[in-house]
Amino acid sequence: MNAELVSELEVPRQRTWRARAVSSLGPLTVLAATVWAIAQPYRITLLHPHGQGFWWLVVEPPLLMIAVGLLFHFVVVRGLLEDLEDAASR
Amino acid sequence: MQPPAEHVHWLFATGLLFLGLSLLGEALVGTEVWRRRAWRAYLWPSVLFGLGVLMWPVMTFFTNSTIHTLAHGSWAEILMLAGGVELALVRGKLVSPWWRLTMAAAFLVSGLAFLVHEQNAWFFQRSSFLHHLMGWTLVVAAVIPLARCFRPRSVAVGSAFALTFVVLAVMLYCDRDLAPVFGHLSPTVGAPHR
Repeated sequence: MNAELVSELEVPRQRTWRARAVSSLGPLTVLAATVWAIAQPYRITLLHPHGQGFWWLVVEPPLLMIAVGLLFHFVVVRGLLEDLEDAASR
Repeated sequence: MQPPAEHVHWLFATGLLFLGLSLLGEALVGTEVWRRRAWRAYLWPSVLFGLGVLMWPVMTFFTNSTIHTLAHGSWAEILMLAGGVELALVRGKLVSPWWRLTMAAAFLVSGLAFLVHEQNAWFFQRSSFLHHLMGWTLVVAAVIPLARCFRPRSVAVGSAFALTFVVLAVMLYCDRDLAPVFGHLSPTVGAPHR
């Protein structure tokens, strides 16, 4: 088989793998944070807010982690996938 | 209105996690695709620089000894320097790939800062354990940004570089002001938190 044709076949497959990997980062982060929140519900101060101070209500690690996962997925990954597909089609 | 020290660790963990995910994204898609949008090219160097800037208030308000001041101050400087160098590399103001050695220096200085300002033994309490662990992790992981100078396009090196930040974020999220570590808690520490 022509080596040039083989490389043409392999490039889109590789990029698909990259696209899948990069688009799974945000959801995996959110999943890990959710598992953490279920395992240690006392880290979510909003579940028992009575008598808690400002910082305990604002800084809640599992929720921060979920926020990072969502921010990365919806702000960074969306455009990144478009650019990845654009680069693959050229 | 000053947050407890553990909250500051968790906020920095959040910044490091975002930094790690961004670096992982760049490692997976490749630098060319990552830099197709200008804001994305500047994203993680800006986060790194911002973390350095935010280290100054930590130095000012969370200092309980001279060694804390020196550790946090040198940390702020090296993070800002590393972030600034990466921004200049993206912008094209700096060209030589050897400038990436600044990141290896940042890892070393950060690791030493962790180790120097933790004056208790590993199993004194959880924060002591994690400070030692993070310090040695950064000192050992300094070889990764060093490898990045030689192989800047390697997916493996790029991923290892990114995962270092993710691992550090996990360690920082585990940090508590007063909690046992593997069942160990010095009797001189006080009553543990929940």
